[in-house]
Amino acid sequence: MQEAAAQPSLMTRARPAIAVTVIVVVLAGLWELYKLVGQTTGGTWPFTSLGLPVRPDNITMPHVWDMIGELFVPARRGGELLIVILLKGALFTMREALLGFVIGGVVGFGLGVLFVRSTLAERSFMPYVVASQTVPIIAIAPMVVIWGSRLDWPPWISVSIISAYLTFFPVTINTLRGLRSPDPTALELMRSYAATPRDVLWKVQVPAALPYIFTALKVSATASIIGAIVGELPAGFADGLGRSLLVFSQQFATRSAKLYGTVIFTALVGIVFVGLVTLAEHRFVDASRRDTA
Amino acid sequence: MTDHLDPHETDVLTAFEGDVPAGTRTPSALRHRLRRAGPALVAFLLVVALWEGLVRLLNVQAFILPRPSQIIIRFIETAGEIWPAGLNTLYEALGGFVMGVTAGIVAALATVRWVAVREGLLPFAIAANSIPIIALAPITNAWFSLTSPVSKMVVVAVIVFFPVMINTARGLIEVEAAELELLRSYAASPREVMRRVRVPHALPYLFSALKVASALSLIGAIVAEYFGGSQDVLGQYIVRKANLFQFPDAWAAILVASILGLTFYGLILLTERIVMPWHVSFRAADEA
Amino acid sequence: MTANEAMVRAEQVNKVFGGDGADRVEALRDIDLTIDTGEFVSLIGPSGCGKSTLLRLIGDLLTPSGGRLTVNGKPPHQARLDRDYGMVFQHATLLDWRTVSRNVELPLEILDIPAERRHVRAAEMLELVQLGSFGEHYPWQLSGGMQQRVAIARALTFQPSLLLMDEPFGALDEMTRELMQQEVLRIWRETQTTVVFVTHSIPEAVFLSNRVVVMSARPGRISEIVDIPLPHPRNENTRESSDYYEKITEVREALRRENGAAA
Repeated sequence: MQEAAAQPSLMTRARPAIAVTVIVVVLAGLWELYKLVGQTTGGTWPFTSLGLPVRPDNITMPHVWDMIGELFVPARRGGELLIVILLKGALFTMREALLGFVIGGVVGFGLGVLFVRSTLAERSFMPYVVASQTVPIIAIAPMVVIWGSRLDWPPWISVSIISAYLTFFPVTINTLRGLRSPDPTALELMRSYAATPRDVLWKVQVPAALPYIFTALKVSATASIIGAIVGELPAGFADGLGRSLLVFSQQFATRSAKLYGTVIFTALVGIVFVGLVTLAEHRFVDASRRDTA
Repeated sequence: MTDHLDPHETDVLTAFEGDVPAGTRTPSALRHRLRRAGPALVAFLLVVALWEGLVRLLNVQAFILPRPSQIIIRFIETAGEIWPAGLNTLYEALGGFVMGVTAGIVAALATVRWVAVREGLLPFAIAANSIPIIALAPITNAWFSLTSPVSKMVVVAVIVFFPVMINTARGLIEVEAAELELLRSYAASPREVMRRVRVPHALPYLFSALKVASALSLIGAIVAEYFGGSQDVLGQYIVRKANLFQFPDAWAAILVASILGLTFYGLILLTERIVMPWHVSFRAADEA
Repeated sequence: MTANEAMVRAEQVNKVFGGDGADRVEALRDIDLTIDTGEFVSLIGPSGCGKSTLLRLIGDLLTPSGGRLTVNGKPPHQARLDRDYGMVFQHATLLDWRTVSRNVELPLEILDIPAERRHVRAAEMLELVQLGSFGEHYPWQLSGGMQQRVAIARALTFQPSLLLMDEPFGALDEMTRELMQQEVLRIWRETQTTVVFVTHSIPEAVFLSNRVVVMSARPGRISEIVDIPLPHPRNENTRESSDYYEKITEVREALRRENGAAA
């Protein structure tokens, strides 16, 4: 009886995944159709002489199966398979991103708590927290790497700090909103118990803020990967997905499928990371308070 | 690089709202705003003074951390170089912004019109939103001419598309049931419901996405520039200077990027105020 | 009494929610009710007695599962297409992004009335609910009672033949509530609109209505109809008259008889 009741909920939960799969398949189909049409017409829209926006040749737009097949071919003659290189790179980038995510999460939460406690602090620094996000990280990255090398950190930690720079912002914003979200009567109730500010924070405000914080963490998870990739570009070490993107983009003219494989891999890393945060959210926030997007 | 999905989050996100000039304002309200902005100004001066002082005192070299005064000097001296580069970058960002926002709004309208689109495209967009889209930059560089701004615009458009689409779709869909019942009691057509209820309801959601998108579009353009293309743009300029350890020059260019980003953001806030004078987040300021 | 005179005629109307499974709820069973043109009728009963459901069936926001229901001699669906209904809900449901007068104009816009006539009409209606000077305000600038008066103005602006009110004063304080009741009676007399009014409050039902329909729950049905022959205009003196108290007692006992027995 219970199993029968669980059945439809499993179906409804699987539906978005099915939808995503269908769309990915449809997109792959459209990709191949575009190539087919383009190669038949010689690079123009059918029945016109208007050029297509993207050339349909096998270098610019490799076949879907070639992109996947390329994963199982050595990236360099006699070297490791591309998929092995990318897996190692993904782990390396994930490590940087994870540390950045943790640093950014803690700093972001701390700033949120500080701002909710002190209006003066909020008014003094909040505008700069917002402004900080208009600074292009790619510009700060080289400096952070130099600072790191002065302090004798392994270079990947510098990349984590660049990643944290992108990560903390959503967490600060949503922590602040979340801590302010409890009903005033809940705070008055705590006051009637003569609760300490610490009790109010941990027993009322933080639980109320959790859904907001998790929404931010999902945004931050992607941001931390972006930060790690962008941080790797000027860091100048050979590991990581950011470096692969740069190296393989220079080999595009000869073996473009390598770059495509890397991009697909990077996309998967982002989805996996956000997926993990979503799992944690499901563990700590009950369904009615969760944010769906 | 952030994409919040809740319009109610914007009141905090818009910490600069107080600094945006808004046409008609009484002197007392202006003074009130200045007083509110006071701590931020003090903090700015303190931080800059501390930065300048510490760097001088500890004799930190410019290639580690330049002094604010050095940056300002280079900001003025290289104005003829960094501003044109900034405008080129802005052009890419704006082009991508317009493309992405337009596509995002159209897709959101489609999710409301067709249930199949909503059930298919929306989960896909949410999943796609967790992809570090900047990784597409080398590909669009290869697709479109490397030196053409279009290759950067396309990356920006894709970055902007997802938050705009997801947010706008939410605003269009999550309308109060009572409002729909009301319109139903007037036997209003679906078109009327769209025009009178869904679209106005979605505006705050759209604007919160536009604010995020404005910052994203500039940063996205600058990072995309890193993967090659025209030299006369901020991304290339900053990288070039950083590689030569000319950090005051790099920071002067960063300053340009920030000024452009904040101006863009401010213009969107201003538009928001003009388009939706009713909105909640403006109330407190007007009442005070 | 001929069919033409009846504004609402319900015969053996049923409403069942859900399928055949455990979620099946019989909301209304065998409702017979005739409401004449120009009447003010209240529906009262405990939670779950289906009074709001009945109102929504009349207003074509829900469809009956069985029986015959006509409004103005037509199926409710046709009546809705003919714009016979003005509706007021528990919450004012004003659109945030419109000023007060543009909220009142909303149904007129949907009816494609030219702008000039809309403005005139909205001004008249706001005058009627005594909010003449608030046209350019936004809803959030008004108190709950004022918002509800705007909702009433909006419901009446296109002169519907039937005004459906679903606990419109439920969220108001007692003082405001009494003022609003008098206001509604005045508007009812001036516009001669038929009103169906759902409420939880016995004194409210008695004060407002020509007839009070007492309902009971599980399944929702009409248990008794109490006539209220109190003279008009009703005012503060009415509230202190012994006739008024007698009627309140009568309705209370009717409610207790039906629902107390089940409890």
